[in-house]
Amino acid sequence: MSAAAAKDTLAVAGAARMPLIEARNVTRILPGVVPTTLVHNIDLAIRENEFVAITGPSGSGKSSLLYLLGLLDLPTSGEVLMRGQETTNMAEEDRAHARLTMLGFVFQFHFLLPEFTVLENVTLPMRALGQLSASAMRTRGGDLLGSLGLGDHMNKRPDQLSGGQRQRVAVARALANEPPVILADEPTGSLDSKASEQVFEVLRDLVHKQGKTVVAVTHDLSMAARMDRQIELIDGAIVADKTINARG
Amino acid sequence: MNLILDIAWTHVRARVRQTGFAVAGVATGVGFSIMMASLMQGSQDDFTDRLVNTLPNVTVSDERRSPPPQPAATAYDAAEIHGLTPEARRRGIKNPLASMAALEAWLPGAVGPSVKVQAIIRYANHDIATNIIGIDPRRESMISDLPKQMRGATLNALFRATNAIVIGDRLSDKIGARIGANITLQTSEGARLNAQVVGFFHTGVRQLDESTAYVLTKTGQILSKQTGLINELRVRLREPMTSREVATRIENDTGYKSVSWQEANEDLITTFIIRNLIMYTVVGAILLVASFGTYNIISTITHEKARDIAIMKSLGLSEYTVRSIFVIEAMIIGFAGALAGFLLGYLLCLALGSIEIKNPFLDSDRLPLAYTYTHYLLAGAVALVSSVAAGYQPARKAARMHPVEIIRGAT
Repeated sequence: MSAAAAKDTLAVAGAARMPLIEARNVTRILPGVVPTTLVHNIDLAIRENEFVAITGPSGSGKSSLLYLLGLLDLPTSGEVLMRGQETTNMAEEDRAHARLTMLGFVFQFHFLLPEFTVLENVTLPMRALGQLSASAMRTRGGDLLGSLGLGDHMNKRPDQLSGGQRQRVAVARALANEPPVILADEPTGSLDSKASEQVFEVLRDLVHKQGKTVVAVTHDLSMAARMDRQIELIDGAIVADKTINARG
Repeated sequence: MNLILDIAWTHVRARVRQTGFAVAGVATGVGFSIMMASLMQGSQDDFTDRLVNTLPNVTVSDERRSPPPQPAATAYDAAEIHGLTPEARRRGIKNPLASMAALEAWLPGAVGPSVKVQAIIRYANHDIATNIIGIDPRRESMISDLPKQMRGATLNALFRATNAIVIGDRLSDKIGARIGANITLQTSEGARLNAQVVGFFHTGVRQLDESTAYVLTKTGQILSKQTGLINELRVRLREPMTSREVATRIENDTGYKSVSWQEANEDLITTFIIRNLIMYTVVGAILLVASFGTYNIISTITHEKARDIAIMKSLGLSEYTVRSIFVIEAMIIGFAGALAGFLLGYLLCLALGSIEIKNPFLDSDRLPLAYTYTHYLLAGAVALVSSVAAGYQPARKAARMHPVEIIRGAT
């Protein structure tokens, strides 16, 4: 299937108000002399405008689940659907295109490209998609950075920013192509409490003010408690999936 | 700037020293390749030019490649022939003027008649075996560069004295004869003639300058003791490289042995082929070694940039895009190396051309070098292709990296 066809299919499916991301009986086993089960028999649906926390102890499979939902990894069995479209059998190019248009990633470490300026990092996904003119990309990148309080840092290199600022740049980059879903892997894990709170507020605003869906892996239970829904994993299996802050 | 090019350029620019070494490796390969090719081609062209300009392009002699069948053998199915008496006198080319006219009617060039005689030159206790060639000085400018190669006199000096002779400058040095010297010519047919040296020539081909002399046609006929003898037709073509084909046609038409300059120097031409083979092998090896540098730098960059590759893939850049980034980096190194190599090669050629070398086989005291853009294009293309080939494997490996493994490792 071509990238354009995949996108069209996803859009049509989206119109039918299906879950944005759905995992059906997903199991991921790492091959090796002693195969390691990362997650098993996961059934999960992420819907539009949800603010979801994935919690659990270390090694419980939180990040593995996030990578499977984000099409960065392939399940050993089961399937992952994006707006109703099965993705496991997609060509690599189509999965890459789906990541580019549907998903934004924020990792524990900012993972910004060190040789590029803040603005260049933010416009990178736009350039990869190639739908905007250079000036439109710069304008949109500037607006995103401005909305996250980084308007004065656009031409700086990542190493000239604080940890919290870098993580906000990573959020801006994740939003570059206006994806409906942001997947965050311990987004505040490497930050102090003040910076953590700033990043959390940015993520919450994305859901509450911009209608995005955010799925965040976190160890911080107090932060998870302030989100809409909490999914708890132990030993690769979901042991709890509860709505904790229902919004009207 | 295009995203792929932008990232590639940024990677390369960020590692000035490593990139510089890789570029220097390619540049050295390209530079020395150009220098070697220039030197080889230059010496080959120089030598070929001498052969083409000095010797007739095609020489038609009164010999035959294989003896004609005896009439008895043709007339009878079984005939045993023995006791044939070899002819003492050379037959010469039959009706040479008509043969010349027939040849000039179709071949693109000029034909000149001559008489070739083996003789011994005697002068001041020196006896030197020499090829004496009887020529018509008025036609010679159409069939050889001999008039231009004259020293101390023009070729028309042959008309100014009885039994005048023009000898090679090396022959003159050997026997110590100066202009005006009277030398003795002795042939195997028993002819003996006193001749006066009226000039020297210098072709640059040692063999000719040491053992060839020119006289008028009639003097040559006297030496061969055959009035009216013409035993060689010398042909000059407008396209010397077609000599082989023209010689074949002449031989087919006339039956006389026709030797092109290529056939006469077959061993040298074979040597050139072997020499070129060696040269291109060495040049290929140099560029191959240079490509190892490119492989090394691209491997290093992909290793160092594993995390960036993972993040680019997680952002949605495809394998093709990631692979293209590193292939372009290899191309940048190859391209920069080729450009620097062009400059280096040119400077090396200039330097080599300025070295004074005494070569017994060459007239010039400078090495002959060929400056042709073909060498630059060839070396540049090979450098670019080998750089891309060297960069492709690490680029492919980088593009296939699993982002999850790297992201997990980075934490």
